[in-house]
Amino acid sequence: MAPIFILIIVLYLTSSIGYLAFLFSQKESFHRISYGLLLAGFLAHTGLIAYKMIILESIPVHNLHQTLSFAAWALAGVYLFLKYKFRLNILGLYAAPLAAFIMVAVYWIPEAPGAHGELFKNLWLILHVVIIFIGEAALALACGTGILYLIQDHAIKSKTNRFFHKRLPSLEFLDVTGYVFIFTGFTLLTIGLITGFIYAQQVWGRFWSWDPKEIWSGITWLIYAALLHERLVAGWRGRRAAIMAIIGFAAVIFTFLGVNLFLEGHHETFTK
Amino acid sequence: MRPLQNNENSPMISPNSKPEMPEILLIGVNHKTAPVELREKLALSSEEIEHALELIQQSPHILEAMIISTCNRVEALLAVKNRAEATKTMQDLIASLKSIAPHQLTNAVYAHTGESAIRHIFRVSSSLDSMILGEPQILGQVKDAYKAAVKKKSTGVILNRLMHKAFTVAKRIRTETGIGGHAVSISYAAVELAKKIFDSLEDKTVLLVGAGEMAELAVEHLIRNRRAGGILVANRTFAAGLALAGRFGGSAIRLEEISQYLKTADIIISSTGAPGYVITRDMVKPVMRLRKNRPLFFIDIAVPRDIEPEINRIPNAYVYDIDDLQGLISDNIETRTKESIKAERIIDEAVLRFQGWYDNLDIVPTIIALRAKLSAIAEAEFAKTASLLNHLSDQDRRALARMTESLINKILHEPTLFLKNSGAHRNKSVYLDFLRNLFHLDE
Repeated sequence: MAPIFILIIVLYLTSSIGYLAFLFSQKESFHRISYGLLLAGFLAHTGLIAYKMIILESIPVHNLHQTLSFAAWALAGVYLFLKYKFRLNILGLYAAPLAAFIMVAVYWIPEAPGAHGELFKNLWLILHVVIIFIGEAALALACGTGILYLIQDHAIKSKTNRFFHKRLPSLEFLDVTGYVFIFTGFTLLTIGLITGFIYAQQVWGRFWSWDPKEIWSGITWLIYAALLHERLVAGWRGRRAAIMAIIGFAAVIFTFLGVNLFLEGHHETFTK
Repeated sequence: MRPLQNNENSPMISPNSKPEMPEILLIGVNHKTAPVELREKLALSSEEIEHALELIQQSPHILEAMIISTCNRVEALLAVKNRAEATKTMQDLIASLKSIAPHQLTNAVYAHTGESAIRHIFRVSSSLDSMILGEPQILGQVKDAYKAAVKKKSTGVILNRLMHKAFTVAKRIRTETGIGGHAVSISYAAVELAKKIFDSLEDKTVLLVGAGEMAELAVEHLIRNRRAGGILVANRTFAAGLALAGRFGGSAIRLEEISQYLKTADIIISSTGAPGYVITRDMVKPVMRLRKNRPLFFIDIAVPRDIEPEINRIPNAYVYDIDDLQGLISDNIETRTKESIKAERIIDEAVLRFQGWYDNLDIVPTIIALRAKLSAIAEAEFAKTASLLNHLSDQDRRALARMTESLINKILHEPTLFLKNSGAHRNKSVYLDFLRNLFHLDE
């Protein structure tokens, strides 16, 4: 297992370095190489996850090690896909290092023995996990776009730092792209939560059980719902939308990790 | 000018014979050598250029010619037989066309020949000699000048090749160096900045406050960037605003109506002579909500300023005044200067390569190259044949070798005479270039 793990990390890291070089040099070739490296890393990662899937005979999200790995995989995949649609090349500078960072963390987290296997052999659970993770990856990218927006906004306002000013896309583009990411992420989050409710109904006999993870998921969902609502009604765009995208993603991370580490609940079973 | 040596009667070429060879001559004035008053007087319209080329074609001393006339330079690029005579012809031409006596020009005019003329035209085409380093218009202007000359059939082998090289070099410099990369004019910088705020300028509304010349320039630049949104003009005197709006297909509003139109406008360019702020923070703040926070970009080119600087602190509103824009471009000018070093290297290379071609266009090297080519063929064929004829004695072989050599001499006799007889044709370079192509002498 270790060699393929190292390979994935190396590919993600070299891709990150490539994106950094792209930021400085602005040469299209650097971006293309970095994209290729990230794609190679993603394919290797896909192989790893497929291998685990065959061994476990279900989706490999039995412990924190597997779950984080799955999150990084979803992030890389969603970036690779969205890059095609939006040509937001520089966002790779956010996605690749983030994926690399997660994988390095995963490497150090021991694979704790997983929860009961039967619990995972459920179509609703698989849907729940896959959809939620893809949605969260989109929200992670929305956060990255928000960060880029704030950097560019600051560069233009301050009139001094033109390093970023030249290299980042226009504010309007970042704003619209961030909106699309959030809209996509929010939609998937909603569907993911619903499938989760159905699964909960089947396993525990009730849709909602005031579990901390459920509560925090609800809070995260509300944050994004508010953001989208305000955008449409009151015109929350630009700087404020960018800040909200970052806050929203902080809530996602807390729901994903913080709840497991600091609070207790039935989700703990999955993320030891 | 190269001395004309008379060796008409010898069919063999001696290495030190120097038959007449056209020389590249560039004479002109530019923004560095001549003040604008003089350049204005010298500037030629396209009709005048056509006329001048016709006159030049009548001169026996000038074989090829083209004339470049822009607001920063008037230059004639020539291939001449006799430099002194050609210079005199051009002086007479200027005197008759523009009634400017030669002595008025003495300090302003520069004349380059040979390599230095080649380098000069390469640098001009690549915008290294421009007032604004790297500005993109000059290449188009040079191309137009060349087209006009081609249409008049006043160019020939030398200038055709020289200009095609000049265009290639210019293109190479544009793609391989950052010389044209960054904005160096205020209106250009403003447009570049607008593109960093708005993704596309096509559906954006521009509000001009004040109908000044600077505002006009900026708008022209925006329009050139395929901007299709509306244009509003607010001016103190409504009639002047209406006139300007008419020119750009926009509509005029009154100064008092500005706050109202801040809702719809996206880019505001202000250039009034008003002593105080025309647009204040208190006017903009409430509008942002109505605009649903769509960004608002203020370009303040007025001195004293029209736009309250505090507006820049409102989220999604951006204010740039003339100093900010100046700051943007001063760095860019530095970058371009750095990039020009790279460009000069590319030019050095191209000059060397052109000079190589040009030198070979002389009669002696051409005939030597042709002889070498024929000898090589003869030797190869002779060796092939001789290897099959084993019965030949060394003496026979020598006799055959002598025969092939005299065969080559006989074949080359007439063409050599023809090329060296300058009375038979006016422009040798045509035949030389043709010959070199025919026998593929430029590998």
